Amino acid sequence: MASSYKDEDGHISVKKPENTAFKQQRLPAWQPVLTAGTVLPAFFIIGLIFIPIGIGLYVTSNNIKEFEIDYTGLDPSSPCFNCSQNFSWNSTKPCTCSIPFYLEQPYESNVFMYYGLSNFYQNHRRYVKSRDDSQLNGNEESLRKPSKECEPYARHDNRPIAPCGAIANSMFNDTLELFYSDPNGTKTQIPLTATGIAWWTDKHVKFRNPGGNNDNLTAAFQGTTKPINWRRPAYELDSDPENNGFINEDFIVWMRTAALPTFRKLYRIIQRRNTMVPTLPRGNYTLEVVYNYPVRSFDGRKRMIFSTISWMGGKNPFLGIAYITVGSVCFLLGVILLFIHHKYDNRNNNPDISSN
Amino acid sequence: MLRWIRQQLGFDPPHQSDTRTVYVANRFPQHGHYIPQRFADNRIISSKYTVWNFVPKNLFEQFRRIANFYFLIIFLVQLMIDTPTSPITSGLPLFFVITVTAIKQGYEDWLRHKADNEVNGAPVFVVRSGSLVKTKSKNIRVGDIVRVAKDETFPADLVLLSSDRADGTCHITTASLDGETNLKTHFSVPETSVCQSVSQLEALQAVVECQQPEADLYRFVGRITVTQHGEEIVRPLGPENLLLRGARLKNTKEIFGVAVYTGMESKMALNYKCKSQKRSAVEKSMNTFLIIYLVILLFEAILSTILKYAWQAEEKWDEPFYNQKTEQEKNSSPILKFISDFLAFLVLYNFIIPISLYVTVEMQKFLGSFFIGWDLDLYHEESDQKAQVNTSDLNEELGQVEYVFTDKTGTLTENEMQFRECSINGIKYREVNGKLIPEGMTEDSPDSSTAHLMGEELLFLKAVSLCHTVQISYDQPDCLVGDPFSHANGFSSNNMEYYASSPDEKALVEATKRIGVAFTGTSGDIVEIKSFGKFEKYKLLHVLEFDPNRRRMSVILQTPSGGKVLFTKGAESAILPFATSGEIEKTRLHVDEFALKGLRTLVVACRHFTPEEYIDVDKRLTAARTALQQREEKLQEAFSYIERDLQLLGATGVEDKLQDKVQETIEALRLAGIKVWVLTGDKHETAISVSLSCGHFHRTMNILELLQQRSDNECAEQLRRLARRIKEDHVIQHGLVVDGASLSLALREHEKLFMEVCKNCSAVLCCRMAPLQKAKVVRLLKTSPEKPITLAIGDGANDVSMIQEAHVGIGIMGKEGRQAVRNSDYAIARFKFLAKLLLVHGHFYYIRIATLVQYFFYKNVCFITPQFLYQFFCLFSQQTLYDSVYLTLYNICFTSLPILVYSLFEQLVHPHVLQSKPALYRDISKNSLLSFGTFLYWTLLGFCHAFIFFFGSYILMGEDTTLMGNGQILRANRQLMFGNWTFGTLVFTVMVITVTLKLALETHFWTWMNHFVTWGSIAFYFIFSLFYGGIIWPFLHTQDMYFVFVQLLSSGSAWFAIIIIVITCLFPDAMKKVMYRHLKPTSTQKSQSLSASQTQALSCVESLCCYQHGQSGCSRLAHLLEQMTVQCKASVNNCHASSRSNRWGGRQQQETIIMSSDEPLPSLGVKSMDYSSDCYSP
Repeated sequence: MASSYKDEDGHISVKKPENTAFKQQRLPAWQPVLTAGTVLPAFFIIGLIFIPIGIGLYVTSNNIKEFEIDYTGLDPSSPCFNCSQNFSWNSTKPCTCSIPFYLEQPYESNVFMYYGLSNFYQNHRRYVKSRDDSQLNGNEESLRKPSKECEPYARHDNRPIAPCGAIANSMFNDTLELFYSDPNGTKTQIPLTATGIAWWTDKHVKFRNPGGNNDNLTAAFQGTTKPINWRRPAYELDSDPENNGFINEDFIVWMRTAALPTFRKLYRIIQRRNTMVPTLPRGNYTLEVVYNYPVRSFDGRKRMIFSTISWMGGKNPFLGIAYITVGSVCFLLGVILLFIHHKYDNRNNNPDISSN
Repeated sequence: MLRWIRQQLGFDPPHQSDTRTVYVANRFPQHGHYIPQRFADNRIISSKYTVWNFVPKNLFEQFRRIANFYFLIIFLVQLMIDTPTSPITSGLPLFFVITVTAIKQGYEDWLRHKADNEVNGAPVFVVRSGSLVKTKSKNIRVGDIVRVAKDETFPADLVLLSSDRADGTCHITTASLDGETNLKTHFSVPETSVCQSVSQLEALQAVVECQQPEADLYRFVGRITVTQHGEEIVRPLGPENLLLRGARLKNTKEIFGVAVYTGMESKMALNYKCKSQKRSAVEKSMNTFLIIYLVILLFEAILSTILKYAWQAEEKWDEPFYNQKTEQEKNSSPILKFISDFLAFLVLYNFIIPISLYVTVEMQKFLGSFFIGWDLDLYHEESDQKAQVNTSDLNEELGQVEYVFTDKTGTLTENEMQFRECSINGIKYREVNGKLIPEGMTEDSPDSSTAHLMGEELLFLKAVSLCHTVQISYDQPDCLVGDPFSHANGFSSNNMEYYASSPDEKALVEATKRIGVAFTGTSGDIVEIKSFGKFEKYKLLHVLEFDPNRRRMSVILQTPSGGKVLFTKGAESAILPFATSGEIEKTRLHVDEFALKGLRTLVVACRHFTPEEYIDVDKRLTAARTALQQREEKLQEAFSYIERDLQLLGATGVEDKLQDKVQETIEALRLAGIKVWVLTGDKHETAISVSLSCGHFHRTMNILELLQQRSDNECAEQLRRLARRIKEDHVIQHGLVVDGASLSLALREHEKLFMEVCKNCSAVLCCRMAPLQKAKVVRLLKTSPEKPITLAIGDGANDVSMIQEAHVGIGIMGKEGRQAVRNSDYAIARFKFLAKLLLVHGHFYYIRIATLVQYFFYKNVCFITPQFLYQFFCLFSQQTLYDSVYLTLYNICFTSLPILVYSLFEQLVHPHVLQSKPALYRDISKNSLLSFGTFLYWTLLGFCHAFIFFFGSYILMGEDTTLMGNGQILRANRQLMFGNWTFGTLVFTVMVITVTLKLALETHFWTWMNHFVTWGSIAFYFIFSLFYGGIIWPFLHTQDMYFVFVQLLSSGSAWFAIIIIVITCLFPDAMKKVMYRHLKPTSTQKSQSLSASQTQALSCVESLCCYQHGQSGCSRLAHLLEQMTVQCKASVNNCHASSRSNRWGGRQQQETIIMSSDEPLPSLGVKSMDYSSDCYSP
């Protein structure tokens, strides 16, 4: 602690504490005092910055167009009513229904197409952990011997399930197609892009097919079985080899479990091809649904959403509102503080503390 | 006899007998039946552990702490059941804490082992089989004859057999035992003292019988039976025959002694006792808060469990098609499942009780306490003593003191006695320049200077110079060279120094020497004095030692003319009642007069024995001294038989100087709202006059007296009268004087009434107090309904009980040994340092620890509440919101350092302001920063912030898509998904930033270290997260966090969300602070703004650049910063100035404690300051 210290007489005192700023607790320091005077500018600045930002965010958010169709088919008048009622896991014949709708506004830029589910608890603990990241990463050993976290979706008929686990097993498998009805009556299918909807790192690093970039996926999956609820095995998810097996983007998107029970997931992107023509012009459309996914058992809802995006993401007026609110409250408080500052400033300068 | 037989028969084990029998040199009786008693060996074991038992024993000790045990249980639960978080999350921190503590304790124990080995392996010389054998200290057995040479310490408790002196005496100092530096003479019995050589010792046949080992250093009862020429001679043995382990031989070439108590049974070892743990008020409230949090935890866990089962009642939530249970889950018993669910929730929320709180608090206390020892203002130049911290557990208690109990002698006064006046035969004298001048005479009046001293005067002087226990040392004892006390303690002239355990005695003997009757030495039982050039030899027959109950000491001497005379000296109350002749009344008046002047008084008397009387006296004394049982009682009886029918000779008055700045210190304490009680053993007149002179009592004070009460009723009546007077007269201040006897009456029956009176008095003085009574007064106050925090300060062994009793015990490193210092929690060199210790250090420590505790609870509420809220959105499935690594590192890495640095360096107000305005101390009194209100505020704040984090993120994130950027920063036209881990990471990021900034908002003293850890923590979190999310970790089971953080940050609106949530959390809090400061400012805050306007404040950026010189790594960084920012260039000068101004505060204020704050603080440009090169020099 105390090292020897030489004082003026040259006498060495072992015990004398060192006279350093650190030991004497007088390190140079900034000593801010939170007074109206010091916080006032901060409040005004916050107010002045936040309000414009808020307005900007709000306007941006309002410019985003969103369109939503609930196609669950609970209502008898709904086109999908039959499909939802007659659902059975064993039916081999897919049930299809088509929902016509009218877009009142043209969608100018790229349009993002989502499916949305409600009351679906992807965040249930048993569900969240029911996956084997090692298997999804292409590990051969895990392919044959899925982790026990995947139980009870690890093995079926004595063969390992690939991909194993509850998440994979319950993958969303409705097929959505979009048709534009020209005013003159012709029905044209709108091309939907199925790639580029997952995180780049997920698709290229985290998810790998077994057997490396083996062209023959069927062979790589040899000895495994498809998840129970799936209609076809993983290696037949898509014809494009870059979008097949574990690196199928629909699959990857599904595997990123949602935080809340009501969620939407990106399904397709409608690319804008011609700068002159809106991506989705105003008019009549038909949504053709291959109705595979049952939600009635847990009071779920299925939706299809179109949305454009802005620089700040999807439609969310709350961010803008929050900025405007906080900004104006700050500004208001700044005014109150200014008042207080003026009124009590004099008193503050004459502290009389000896009296108490 | 009966015991002996039973021992022989093996009925009761030998060590249970009352006495131990030691055969000198282990020569056991030859005749058969002897079974040797078993004794401990001479190994000293101060270490707690061995290599083998360290791990189990240390673990056991650590898990006895309730907090560690709690975390262990949580960890075990995690291991046993299927829990949401991996056992690592609580196992790792627990392992860390346990390991750090174990390493610390192991290291300390290793040091103890090393010290033990050194002691046990020290070379000693033992007489064995006729020759001197060199062996190791640990090999000494009971009964061995040990040779100790000059300046060596005794390796065991020895009974002195012989020394190189003919009379068999030796001198020792017991400085390392009780701190008394005076020389003490120890004796051997005549029969053994002749055995001065090994061969003679070889022939010695002796048995020592003594009591079993006990801790009292000053008690030893035994006898030695020496067999000489076939006949047995029995001699008594007392403490004066015993050489204690740890004491040091002085002035004597060598001695031989027989070991009676060895190793752990020696008195020194028995005095190693762990001090009773004192707990501070902060710690107590911390534990209360912990219990409240435990209740919150249980409540949350129970609520979650119930809700979980409510949800599960419906099949569609319990087991929807997409989320089937395993067979095992389906089949397990519902009760077991219920319990395991409850435990799982408990584990999920257990972080609300932070494990790191204990570690941080301990580190803060340990590291923080260094500042007391480092403080130059608490360093006493003259005695080269700095403040000493014995327990760091009580640092913050220094800021909570409400009552100070102080000893007078040596604490308020210097304990540097100076003889001033005396009264001889009813005439008062003063000492002027080595002459006694009778009252009324002046120094230069011819008759006084030449007048020969009359018979009574001479007798008085002789009595004073003979009746004492002063030692003389002719050569300078080498161990005291350089000891600053050597000048104070020993009076040196002609190479002759007096050593006395009582400074009064030394002052008196020195005074008589100056006047002409010099005590020149003792040899054997001959005491020699030089009376006006003439040597006189007295034979010392008996010494009736001083004891605090009798309050007097006596010697019986044979005068050169052959008469036997008793001289006695003591407190006036102990002698006057027994005096039968002499000027009793006049002397009493004079004694009172002396006392009024603040002098310490002693009365001297004598008694001449007729030869018959002496024979009777001698017989009684010898009988009492050789008694094995109840020796003390018998001695008391004999003493009181002897010390009566005294002839009063006179009285002495010795002045004890007041210490420096006592008055200012007491005044400062009073302004700080601390009540000061003086507890002293002096008589009440002395005490009152000292009280008045040191400012404890004011002249304007109405002094109430509760003195010399004889009966309960009288005492009660007087108390009621006093209470009435106080009520009638509440305008002026009252001071109360109580004496010991009245106090014990008052405490016995009328405690309440007494307390009532005491509380209304601004100053209380208790005189004539016995040590235990001091402790009793402290306990009385401590246990009164208000439960005030008490502090006791004293310097002597008689203050130890009160120092240990009080919440905080402070020892003064004075002259009366170091016993008080060793038993204290803090030790300082002077009373005046108390002001800085309490007002500055106490204030700092309290604020630091209070904020530390509150902040810890706050940040863990923030941490765990979102987790709780998330359960409402995931069917109470115990899904964690944050990743396991984040759960583990939150308290260890991300938020630990800023609060630690804060709690080490925070200064709410500048130290000099604190010291010049003692009233600021009232702001923190009564544990105000940890009151239930503030606790509630912090907890609610934590909950509010947690709600904002969670629901803010919830709303802004919407349905997982709205927050996600289109990723234009990274890649055009992508809109990507956020999952549950991204959501958790968003909440966590917001939380880390908010919680760190909240502390920044609390920080008022920003050194470069605060900047470093605050911004560093946030930066570290970002860097760590990028790193952690950037790799597929091969050993991790899941890769949940892979690239989550990067994706989060690549979204522009996530940044907007983080900013808005952080601001929303913090600005109401800032607003509240500002409002309170302006509408209801505390005096601390007022003086903050005052000092801010007057001190040369550093700006934020400047404080970043002000690195301390000498911290090489950092200063290099500072240079770098300097080059980068032009601003820093200019700021170096400011650093200088600021550092200097701080220094000014410390030093200057110590010199002048400004009493009123109206006095403007001196401006800061003081040029004349001495300024050393400690500051930043580029």
